[in-house]
Amino acid sequence: MATLQATARRGHRRLVRHTLDLKLSPYAYIAPFFLLFCAFGVFPLIFTAWVSLHEWTLTSDVHTFVGADNFTTLLGDGYFWNATFNTFSIGIISTVPQLVLAIWLAHLLNRPLRAQTFFRITLLVPNVTSVVAVVVIFSQLFGRDYGLINWMLSWFGIDGVAWAEGTATSHVAISAMIMWRWTGYNALIFLAAMQAVPKELYEAATLDGASNLTQLRKITIPMIRPTIVFVVTVSTIGAMQILAEPLLFGAGSGAGGITSGGPDHQFQTLALYVYDLGFNKFDFGYASAASWVMFLFVVLAAGVNYLLTRRMGGAFK
Amino acid sequence: MRRRLTYLTLLAVAFFSVFPLYYSVVVASRHNSALAEVPPPLLPGGNFFANVARVFDTVPFAMALLNSFLVAGSIAVAVMFFSTLAGFAFAKLSFRGKNILLLVTVATMMVPAQLGIIPLYMLMVKIEWTGSMYALVVPALVNAFGVFFMTQYLSRALPTELLEAGRVDGATTWRLFWHVVLPTARPAAAVLGMLTFMSAWNDYFWPLVVLTPENPTVQVALSTLASGYVNDYVLGLSGTAVGTLPLILVFIVLGKQIIGGIMQGAVKG
Repeated sequence: MATLQATARRGHRRLVRHTLDLKLSPYAYIAPFFLLFCAFGVFPLIFTAWVSLHEWTLTSDVHTFVGADNFTTLLGDGYFWNATFNTFSIGIISTVPQLVLAIWLAHLLNRPLRAQTFFRITLLVPNVTSVVAVVVIFSQLFGRDYGLINWMLSWFGIDGVAWAEGTATSHVAISAMIMWRWTGYNALIFLAAMQAVPKELYEAATLDGASNLTQLRKITIPMIRPTIVFVVTVSTIGAMQILAEPLLFGAGSGAGGITSGGPDHQFQTLALYVYDLGFNKFDFGYASAASWVMFLFVVLAAGVNYLLTRRMGGAFK
Repeated sequence: MRRRLTYLTLLAVAFFSVFPLYYSVVVASRHNSALAEVPPPLLPGGNFFANVARVFDTVPFAMALLNSFLVAGSIAVAVMFFSTLAGFAFAKLSFRGKNILLLVTVATMMVPAQLGIIPLYMLMVKIEWTGSMYALVVPALVNAFGVFFMTQYLSRALPTELLEAGRVDGATTWRLFWHVVLPTARPAAAVLGMLTFMSAWNDYFWPLVVLTPENPTVQVALSTLASGYVNDYVLGLSGTAVGTLPLILVFIVLGKQIIGGIMQGAVKG
């Protein structure tokens, strides 16, 4: 009798343990991600908002509450608006041709070809290269006196372009670095989406005598629209945060201060400006305000592009 | 004819993709005077190892390489493990709030990392992790992309019947994870590990902020070379070559799998 009770108790305990295992273990398994995300993702985000309402520097332990002062100062800050302009300028010059090129490249790769793997691997080599390496290499290529690019331009009678010194030229040089690093990667993402498009659609179109370009416009692009929207959104977010390229370009080209983005701030982006405020001037309060406004711009730009690409894709139908 | 044009275009793109790296090796293997030559040299010279030795003399590059290996390696292993764990829960276990938590996970992939850099740095100052590798490793132990990637993979690759059979045999969830899920997850986890290793190796902004030039990772050491020796391009490019080539070699050997992984993640994303 006693043993029977013990067995029943043991069975009951096992059942409880089993139920607990089923109910609780999923939470335990996802806990590492959410704990780290809260500690190093959410907390900093909220704390930035708090800091932005204060006069908060590394040099002083007193943090005076100043309300929206940092934000109103920002509105009259010429360097801030200059950085905003540069960010949008570099963002547009680098992203628009890059995405068009990526779609076209994916289209070329999306047919039976020899050496597919070879082409795909070479396409991704730039993306594997670190951004530091990219900027060091391109700063050399874009050198004024002995750079390879100016040497090639001299064949056409164009002499001594000082890439880092002008606004437009420095934006082109920086955009070239970004394009080099990301075009192949985006092409592969487009290619993945294109391979999911049913082949019968192309066969039917070919029978109807539709040209290659027409097929790209009328079949491929509408069919991969979700991927285009995704890539455009991600690229926009990336473009709004450009930092390493202008930071290192300013260092490598010898064009003045490192965090100022050139002597006239001609290629200082928003992210670089925030970096300058935070880790050069140690003005954390003002830097936090600037990074929140920057976040607002990111969301705005990504949102507008999201709506635009959804529209545009629809127009092809 | 059009076929030939396609091949020509793709070959040209392949050339442009590889040429800047090749050219950096050309410059890195020459003497500084070669930079003033017109036309610029297009073939490697014999000075590579002397220049590389100069890199090791100028910055603590051996330590930087070791740091980068340790940081990227431990991050890659941790991301593989924790992402598989969370991916298993999201793909195959049922629990309250699952959908909303998965949605939150995916949404976090969109938040710009730089917004939190200033308070994250202040936090690191507070817990005295600045200058230490903890500051790089701990926040990166698991990420939303990894969780999402493994969720996608396991929901397709892991047969639910296999899990049910295990349950009937009385296995706990943990035993199932260890004996059924991990072996199934291996191919995708390997790809995730390689992608994570590469991005951790190439990470620049956060290490630059939180580390000191005396105890750098490869990228921080390279940026010291690039900004401290403005006119010494050869030194900068030699360092770049040493810091980049290991990764490029790995990529060329395992490139096929890595590309497969990226494209797989892309379709679902």
